[in-house]
Amino acid sequence: MRTGKDRLLAGLMLAPSLILLAIFVYGFIGQTISVSLTDWGQGASLAVRPEVHFVGLENYRQLFTGILDIRFRQDLVNMVFFTLFFVVLCLGVGLLLASLLDRPLKGEGFFRTVFLFPMALSFVVTGTIWRWMLQPRGGVNVLPTLVGLPRLEFLWTTSRDQVLQFNWQWVPGALLLTAGLVLFLLGIRAWRRGERRRAGLLAFPGAVVSLIVVLGNPGGWSGLPFAEPHGFNLAMIGIVLAAAWQMSGYTMALYLAGLRAIPGELKEAAEVDGATPLQVYRYVQLPLLKPITLSAVVILGHIALKIFDLIFAMTGPDNAVTSVPAILMYLTTFRGNQFAKGASIATLLLLLVSGLIIPYIVSSLRKGEED
Amino acid sequence: MRRHGWRLGLLVLVMSFVFAASAAAQSGQLEIFSWWAGDEGPALEALIERYESLYPDVDVINATVTGGSGVNAKAVLKTRMLGGDPPATFQVHAGQELIGTWVLAERMEDLTFLYEQEGWFDVLPEELIKLLSTEDGIWSVPVNIHRSNVMYYIPENLEKWGVDVPKTWDEFLTIAPKLQAQGIVPLSLGENWTVIHLWESVALAVLGPDGWESLWAGELSWTSPEVVETWELLGRILEYTNSDAPSLTWQQATDMIVDGEAAFNIMGDWASGYMSTTLGLEAGTGFGWAPSPGTEGIFMMLADSFGLPKGSPNREATLAWLRTVGSREGQDIFNPLKGSISPRLDSDLSLYDTYGRSAARDWQNSRIVGSLQHGVVANERFMNDFATVMEIFLSSRNAVAASNAAQAVAAQAGIGF
Repeated sequence: MRTGKDRLLAGLMLAPSLILLAIFVYGFIGQTISVSLTDWGQGASLAVRPEVHFVGLENYRQLFTGILDIRFRQDLVNMVFFTLFFVVLCLGVGLLLASLLDRPLKGEGFFRTVFLFPMALSFVVTGTIWRWMLQPRGGVNVLPTLVGLPRLEFLWTTSRDQVLQFNWQWVPGALLLTAGLVLFLLGIRAWRRGERRRAGLLAFPGAVVSLIVVLGNPGGWSGLPFAEPHGFNLAMIGIVLAAAWQMSGYTMALYLAGLRAIPGELKEAAEVDGATPLQVYRYVQLPLLKPITLSAVVILGHIALKIFDLIFAMTGPDNAVTSVPAILMYLTTFRGNQFAKGASIATLLLLLVSGLIIPYIVSSLRKGEED
Repeated sequence: MRRHGWRLGLLVLVMSFVFAASAAAQSGQLEIFSWWAGDEGPALEALIERYESLYPDVDVINATVTGGSGVNAKAVLKTRMLGGDPPATFQVHAGQELIGTWVLAERMEDLTFLYEQEGWFDVLPEELIKLLSTEDGIWSVPVNIHRSNVMYYIPENLEKWGVDVPKTWDEFLTIAPKLQAQGIVPLSLGENWTVIHLWESVALAVLGPDGWESLWAGELSWTSPEVVETWELLGRILEYTNSDAPSLTWQQATDMIVDGEAAFNIMGDWASGYMSTTLGLEAGTGFGWAPSPGTEGIFMMLADSFGLPKGSPNREATLAWLRTVGSREGQDIFNPLKGSISPRLDSDLSLYDTYGRSAARDWQNSRIVGSLQHGVVANERFMNDFATVMEIFLSSRNAVAASNAAQAVAAQAGIGF
């Protein structure tokens, strides 16, 4: 039973952490956002009373359209590709290892520990180790010579080659078109289920947005006067490898726990029905691992979006081909003294990560209520 | 916007509990903040020893934050200064790196009186004092001098390959194909900042010392044909460098000439210390040096220095430190160990090695200009964005695009205002 006294006590107990969170997390988020709307970073930016003016969204406009901020846009592209490949590789390797270890196997505990160990290292240690291994004159590149093959010449973390190139001018149009088509398809799905009202609400705006993009001139919406190619820097491969090496053991542990949580009866029932082991795996086990995959994507995804230490340790601050917005933010703020611009990069990063985390938290809270 | 300072201060306060940072608040303590650890540590320690023998009552705290050319130390220093907790004194590249950040912010004390008391006007080159000063004062005491425009080579190897040391870039571009034909990399290069380091030597050769100075005074536009020519020449030179450059540290780039893989390397003269101390080569015979092509008689300098922040916790002890740093004895203790030379024209050359004596002679007889990569001629904002300009050049190889970008950066960073 809850009495007033209990509530008071609970409130008192929670108050210190709430106050600390309010100041040190939300207060500083608020301050960062407010700094990002100023021009702090002009002239004597480190004065006791720096001259600071409100400039609205000017910093953001510059980041997306300024000629010199081409590095920010490439960093953003690097981050997206890194996140994509890193998450996919971790899920793939993690699932493979977990499925192998799920068999009755001698020394399972040993292998589990071996695969999980890299996670115990800090990214700085991993970065330093891989920096040595990926040196073009040693490490991985000389491995083939051990079996008599010529040595590799690939520049693992510094190659300037770029694949999957696209023109940044088309990005706003492409994003809008995707959003429009997704809305439209959701509307169609709702229509099929007989939810007519919802279908109209989704499909109509979706169709309008898509039509505007198709019939309009989306190339001019980016604010960039010239075509600006961006793409996947092959140098990121080295970073993806190192990061996946560190985190796939963790994904394996998640999947292994998921596999172990599947009731044995389900498997047995399928076997009684004549399913081969492969069919059991494909039609019984994999579908039941979906929630694990979702959690893993969110956890790995937010690590990837915030990645800083690994890349800083592997390539240093000025290797633009492997740079990401977090590194650019550090340099802009603390080396270039452009505090407002650094704050706007930080704010954009926060938005990206929240875009991933908040839906996940909301959906798991909802699930908790339903239970 | 005082609020920022206050909140950052709170953050720093909390962090200082966490890291138990040594706050030199009480009298009798002197906290010296620098990024000199590792190879450079012994030189600083020797200088501190000298100070302690002169002022035994002061308790010196040697606060170092390690990390390549001070990027981490500078970040920590900024949070401390913003938080109202300045160290007694801190290491800073002499020139605009100090002036553009800390002098402009009115956080440094003018040291003209100290220069007068100690008679430094008579022993330091006028051109050097000009680079350390603004109209309102002189802002730091240089402890060492390094030279940026030096080209290194191994004399024996050049003889074997049948080439001479090029005096101009045209000469270099004629002999480079010959070297390449023999499978030799004509010019070894390292990670990205070493490309900026190379550019400043190239630009000095193209523009000459007067052009170089007017570029930083804002009188010569970045889009002028001369400056575009610096990028075009850099592009031609890069054709003759190693393809794995961005993966190499400057030491590894130096190793390439020592190992006979490359013919020449342009680096600051800390490479002399590396080759003679770490690799054990004899200066003059084991390795040779010359001014980078087209810069004969010009000394592109950089210097580490110490200043006096306003609100320094122990002003008297700090002034005593600055006197030690600027003294002939102090500099002749520090520099032979650091592998640099003393800015003073009266230093005891018998204490220096072969390269040091040669550099000191050049220091006294050359036209002195400041380095870009090492903080003398441009403020931190320009330097930070110039790395992006170089990136634009390296990925597009477009001299005009690089010049336009550099002009935009110069305007934003207030170069020449």
